[in-house]
Amino acid sequence: MVETRPFLTFVTHLVLILGVVMIALPIWITFVAASHDDIRMTQAPIPMLPGGFFWENFKRTLFGSGLAGNEITPVWRMLFNSLVMALAIAGGKIVISLLSAFAIVYFKFPFRMGFFWMIFLTLMLPVEVRILPTFEVVANLGLLNSYWGLSIPLIASATATFMFRQVFLTIPDEMLESARIDGAGPMRFFWDILIPLSRTNIAALFVILFIYGWNQYLWPLLITTDSDMTTIVVSIKQMLEAAEQSPQWNIIMMTAMLAMLPPIIVVIAMQKLFVQGLTETDK
Amino acid sequence: MLSLQIRGDNIIFASPTSFAGSDDPMLKHVHFNKVLLPVLLVAPQILITLVFFMWPAGQALYQSFLIEDAFGLSREFVWFENFQYLWHDEIYLQTFWRTAVFSALVAMLAMSIALILAGFAERVIKGAGAYRTLLIWPYAVAPVLAGALWVFMFNPTLGIFPFLLEKINIDWNHYLNGTQAMGLVVAAAAWKQIAYNFLFYLAAMQSIPKSVVEAAAIDGAGPLRRFWTITLPLVSPTTFFLLVINIVYAFFDTFGIIHAVTQGGPANATTILVYKVYSDGFVGLDLGGSAAQSVVLMFIVILMTVIQFRYVEKKVEY
Repeated sequence: MVETRPFLTFVTHLVLILGVVMIALPIWITFVAASHDDIRMTQAPIPMLPGGFFWENFKRTLFGSGLAGNEITPVWRMLFNSLVMALAIAGGKIVISLLSAFAIVYFKFPFRMGFFWMIFLTLMLPVEVRILPTFEVVANLGLLNSYWGLSIPLIASATATFMFRQVFLTIPDEMLESARIDGAGPMRFFWDILIPLSRTNIAALFVILFIYGWNQYLWPLLITTDSDMTTIVVSIKQMLEAAEQSPQWNIIMMTAMLAMLPPIIVVIAMQKLFVQGLTETDK
Repeated sequence: MLSLQIRGDNIIFASPTSFAGSDDPMLKHVHFNKVLLPVLLVAPQILITLVFFMWPAGQALYQSFLIEDAFGLSREFVWFENFQYLWHDEIYLQTFWRTAVFSALVAMLAMSIALILAGFAERVIKGAGAYRTLLIWPYAVAPVLAGALWVFMFNPTLGIFPFLLEKINIDWNHYLNGTQAMGLVVAAAAWKQIAYNFLFYLAAMQSIPKSVVEAAAIDGAGPLRRFWTITLPLVSPTTFFLLVINIVYAFFDTFGIIHAVTQGGPANATTILVYKVYSDGFVGLDLGGSAAQSVVLMFIVILMTVIQFRYVEKKVEY
């Protein structure tokens, strides 16, 4: 701070606290709604202070069949599906991007730049603009309702490839020279030198991509028709539709909370890596 | 200057003239000269790109030139008729305009709130980390979940906000009122994006040299004046970068919010371009029309990417 102004300091904290309250309010209301019983949640206005049914709702949601009268998969199964999808997308993106960045930076081979631009083009083709034909491809390959179908079409990544390319370019040439003199082949160099040197970048990227994978919505919505394969994020929408006839907001909000908790925990627990990953991938 | 080139198993010391090989900024001076291995290394990424990106995009392009009936029984090649149809389609043009308004509102709201919060957070010495933690986590909330939270808060019969609004004689029902529905999706979309903008603004402000700010303070500029004349101009590259990012976000990543909150309604009041591609293609089964819309969207993404790479990359650096 440049100068001492007690009043301004007071205003600063006031504004920031207001900001935090504004940001946190939807989560607070979700938490409160998830802690009341069915009947209380049908009476307006809804409560603003937590009730005593949190653990009961928690058990009902996680192990029961979610909403009463709806034949849907228990929430733990959908959480598991989300976890598999998020890990497969994050892991897959990192692995194939590391390999292609290694090839493009460290090898001279025909069509090298052609491959590079092809990867670059994926940046311009988000799922949203090619949903129908991509759906057809996945259907023809028989990948509907499978973990492969949920993850493989999403794991090509220009941003991850660019990021690793950037990282590799900063690694001094002497590294390869000395590795070569010591008799290491390309893959040995990759495993023993490049991977350890880009460890923090990999971790930072993993945090971002895990959140990206977990939060996928349109794609799983289209390709999972079998409710056993639905992800938790997609299930919220189905619950909201059911809510129009028989609102069970306590269960819906409990499910919403369970759905957003894993990525939020990742962001808060690995804040430093998260910030690093965010600024590295988008610039 | 000597550069070392490694070819296969031989180490070749290259003279400065063969240094010309390094005008390729993406290749290491020291590199391998193998063919099969690197092709195998890029193969997984290229295969996925071809099968799930190039081929579908080509299909979308091809389908956009066809008119097909909903059962796929007959198809006819019509050149640009689908595009001409879009161009004259009142509903599509309205959707285009609505998407522009929606994106502008989301970007303005999310960026201005983030700018104000970052401006204050930058002053804080004690507890700065705590504020940052408490402000950034909505980034991790999936758009459809953000939509679910907001639609619950604004549920016309149960929600807390309609209850409060009623006390000041505002009748809230976003299922019937298009303006209110638009307001709700804008609020939910902006709420989620504040975190991202905040992080980038805060980083940009923290990189402003303290000496500049101190000099201004000695010359008698108060905090507000310093914010206007120093901070704001110096973070303008970040503002431009965030503007592009926020518009891309509002165009493409808000599908979940709209799907959860309004499903494009009431009476299309919140149908944006991405939502229309989905509803015309998957719900309405108008394949040619939906493909033509996809192609238009593709051009928008290409335009945004070019802007981002050409102008933003250079400008973000001080």
